Amino acid sequence: MSETASERISTEAVIKAARLSRLDLTPAEVARMTSQLAGMLEHFADIDALDLSAVEPMTRPYPLSNVFREDVVVQGLDRDEVLANAPAAEEGRFRVPPIVGLDG
Amino acid sequence: MFHQSLDWTVEMTTIPSTAAAIADAVRSGVLKATDVLEAHLARIAEREGEIHAFNLVTTDEARAAAARIDADVAAGRDPGVLAGVPIAIKDNMCTRGIATTCSSKILEGWRPPYDATVVQRLAAAGAVTIGKTNLDEFAMGSSTENSAFGVTYNPRDITRVSGGSSGGSAAAVAAGFSPISIGSDTGGSIRQPAALCGVVGVKPTYGTVSRYGLVAFASSLDQVGPFSTDVRDSALVLEAISGHDPMDSTSIPQGPLSLQGVLSQGVEGLRVGRITDMPGGADPDVTERLEAAFDALQAAGAIMVDVQMPSMKYGLTAYYLIAPAEASSNLARYDGVRYGMRVNAPDTNAMYSATRSAGFGDEVKRRIMLGTYALSAGYYDAYYGKALKVRRLISEDFDRAYTKADVLLTPTSPIVAFPVGAKSDDPLAMYLCDVYTIPTNLAGHPAMSVPFGTGAFGLPVGVQIMAPTLGEQTMFRVAASLERSMIASGGGR
Repeated sequence: MSETASERISTEAVIKAARLSRLDLTPAEVARMTSQLAGMLEHFADIDALDLSAVEPMTRPYPLSNVFREDVVVQGLDRDEVLANAPAAEEGRFRVPPIVGLDG
Repeated sequence: MFHQSLDWTVEMTTIPSTAAAIADAVRSGVLKATDVLEAHLARIAEREGEIHAFNLVTTDEARAAAARIDADVAAGRDPGVLAGVPIAIKDNMCTRGIATTCSSKILEGWRPPYDATVVQRLAAAGAVTIGKTNLDEFAMGSSTENSAFGVTYNPRDITRVSGGSSGGSAAAVAAGFSPISIGSDTGGSIRQPAALCGVVGVKPTYGTVSRYGLVAFASSLDQVGPFSTDVRDSALVLEAISGHDPMDSTSIPQGPLSLQGVLSQGVEGLRVGRITDMPGGADPDVTERLEAAFDALQAAGAIMVDVQMPSMKYGLTAYYLIAPAEASSNLARYDGVRYGMRVNAPDTNAMYSATRSAGFGDEVKRRIMLGTYALSAGYYDAYYGKALKVRRLISEDFDRAYTKADVLLTPTSPIVAFPVGAKSDDPLAMYLCDVYTIPTNLAGHPAMSVPFGTGAFGLPVGVQIMAPTLGEQTMFRVAASLERSMIASGGGR
């Protein structure tokens, strides 16, 4: 990886993105990810030269907005069938470990 | 398969190679759906070991469905336009009660509580689902090597990749496991494997086929479409699966596409565009076939025009920022709470991280990381925001080009099928495979790949036909014309 490329993203930024993504990366994975992402961002720098000040962002291909259906009751998914897929369920609910108190 | 007849004989009955012919024969009682199915299951038993197109072959469910079709015919009921046609479904589409894995460990054990709209519509048309096909994990890849369940090999040369991400669906059709299959296309994931395996593959206009029950990768780019051995079968399948679905809020409010009727119309007077500033990089054997396609269409009466797409070369950058950004958001749902695997930990945050770290493969992690970074405070404007603006520029390039041309032609893939492992250590080299297919996803336009002869090592080459929003009829006329010229030149159907 060239000097320029590795300057595109720092190790700290990769560690932060991993935390935001809820991914645990080993130090070796962080190093490899930093190098790979830097290579990509280096390639993606091709758009830096474009003057985009007058261009509207495009978020979707087909102009549909405010799509509603009739406000009538319809059959939803079967609760037991849905919960049968959960790693842990109890009394008709998803069961999870404690939410607060242990994460630094 | 494109250059040889796939017809084979079962107990004195010839099973046709196309879905259209099978459905005709089953509806008229000439063939039994159960015999059609057994012939295809025998074919799978023979070659699946070396190809690995499927994550799951649903033999029992398929036999039950085929028996129902035969009972319908016997009782005088019409089972539908795809009566008794075996079909393979990419394993990122929900099938009620049947494992749907996205080729990821993280969905281990998941059995969807509902069918995707596409799956429902195919069943209603009489098609018989024979299995769930392999893909790059969560459809992220161009080779079907990034699967938690192993590589799908190319039936034309089993030392090479089948393309991706819908490699299993392309390989299933190329190997004769099913005459048609279904894939999803976010940046070329139907068209590129179709090209590499020598079959037809179509990405319709964004919003024409419901995404309900398609596991989301990049929601503003994903679209469902068919694979087939010939152009008519893709038209037939699209007619059956397209049309408005209230369960997908991006579904275009209109009826199904009407395509089979236009196939014989020819291309007389149609304007076929050549992109003069198309990004380079295609191998000479591939561009040679593109030139042959221009010649064939001109000989059939089409008019060649030159167009410019100055922003097309930025498509790769825009796509590889937008798609991972959307993916990082869509894949946040895999947290070990509601479905799939869980790695236990003392608190929820630790459980989320432990589950996701163990459940996702390298490429998925890479894209989640890239997307999260491109969306994060301080980088949003520099990456994601800019990519959305480039998306607009590309879309405007297309709008200008389509004032001069009715369709545009490019190679589908810059290269023929590459050897397994050739690009697995270089993500960027893999991304470059998508350079010609990505722009239409960004614009939401239809595009399809049609086999058009062979290139290096005798491997198939696909030509890509692109058309403006809802321009499927014109696109299919051009595809049918190219197919006719291949048959006329002795290249087979």
